[in-house]
Amino acid sequence: MSLDRAAARELLRKGLWTQNPGLAQILGLCPILAVSTSAVNATMLALATILVMMLSNVAVAGLRRWIPHEIRIPVFILLIAALVTIVDLLFNAFFHELYVILGIFIPLITTNCIVLARVEAFAAKNSVAHSTLDGLAMGLGLLWVLALLGAMREFLSGGTLLAGIEMVIPGAQALQILPETYPDFLLAALPPGAFILLGCMIAGKNGWDARAARRAKKTAPVPKTIEVSTGA
Amino acid sequence: MNDAAPERNSETPAPTVNAAAQAWRSALRLFCFVVVATALMSMTHSVTRTRIQAALTAEKMKFISEVLPAERYDNDLLADSITLPPTPELGLKTESRVYRARKDGKYNALVLEAVAPDGYAGAIRLLIGISRAGEITGVRVVDHRETPGLGDYIDPRRDKNKTRPWIAQFTGLIAPEIPDADWRVKKERGRFDAYAGATVSPRAVIEAVRKAARFAARSGERLFEEKTP
Repeated sequence: MSLDRAAARELLRKGLWTQNPGLAQILGLCPILAVSTSAVNATMLALATILVMMLSNVAVAGLRRWIPHEIRIPVFILLIAALVTIVDLLFNAFFHELYVILGIFIPLITTNCIVLARVEAFAAKNSVAHSTLDGLAMGLGLLWVLALLGAMREFLSGGTLLAGIEMVIPGAQALQILPETYPDFLLAALPPGAFILLGCMIAGKNGWDARAARRAKKTAPVPKTIEVSTGA
Repeated sequence: MNDAAPERNSETPAPTVNAAAQAWRSALRLFCFVVVATALMSMTHSVTRTRIQAALTAEKMKFISEVLPAERYDNDLLADSITLPPTPELGLKTESRVYRARKDGKYNALVLEAVAPDGYAGAIRLLIGISRAGEITGVRVVDHRETPGLGDYIDPRRDKNKTRPWIAQFTGLIAPEIPDADWRVKKERGRFDAYAGATVSPRAVIEAVRKAARFAARSGERLFEEKTP
């Protein structure tokens, strides 16, 4: 079964919207809430997660024939933990500057159940190509949710955007949007703020989907004759 | 989530006398996976070890240059260092390094490793420069797990205030002239600023610096006379 264009589009749509790990599956809340205090932190964790998700999906999809069904979960956890350890060591040795920033986030990926969930629900039953794209799509879905959540929390708590960007891109500067005198709104920086904002984002997605469904219903019961003439 | 439902019926065989053999087979297979994964990890570890060590040394030298200005010494700090046994005054349960800065062969300053054990999320590792007269030449957070965006401003790389980061308050203080009661945040009638709502991390750092300064005043001369191994 090769990966055709329609299947690829469907995988991307699922990861980015319909089955978004942050908004629909709501998996991996622990690292999401812990590191989404700023847009840069959140983006860096999401990038590291994408890497691990793609690698673990590839490993499991490639090995799925040799993994006995009844011990698949321990094997998956073993593979994920080993991959995270290897990525951690390689980052430390070859990208030490980046590791200093990401260091505390990489081991957190092991605890992110979205990685295990994709391996179990998808990679264990699909080809390597499909699984790679699924890891990428789910990771990208996590990326935009985390980056948006991080940006909102950072803006509300300190009035800045992209604080800490100079550690990733030397010379770049954070944006001070609200004046320096802005009193720090701590609730947004603390875990309850993350819960509240994530809840708002989930409500927003559900509202959007409901509106789209209502519109589809309104346009659907048109007479069949018109449907033929438009060719839609 | 409907793609998560596994088709169990076709896969699970009816229980047979072979259950034990099946279990052994699974265990053996799992063991093979463990061996392969462990081998891969230890291979990566041995390949990366020297590079990680070198990166850590370079990082340490960078931190040292931040806590002690270069004009304060003319010796090779990394070479002129001694190993300190576990020292509770520095919050250390393990051995640590002390770097001895000399100018014209004379004791000028010490660079100490210290740990603030009571951070919000565990230990905060510090590097502290203290001159012979007790002046704090600089403090840097080497490693910490404080909450990103909340308590992590103790690390100047994470501090929003780049012109005068929080940790710069220590620089230039003459420790022996400051009574113990002043080594607190302003909220507790001490002399140190701290952001409202995030005082656990700074409090831990302040206390660790105070203890290290007292330790240096007591033991500095002795540490300087020790021979390098």
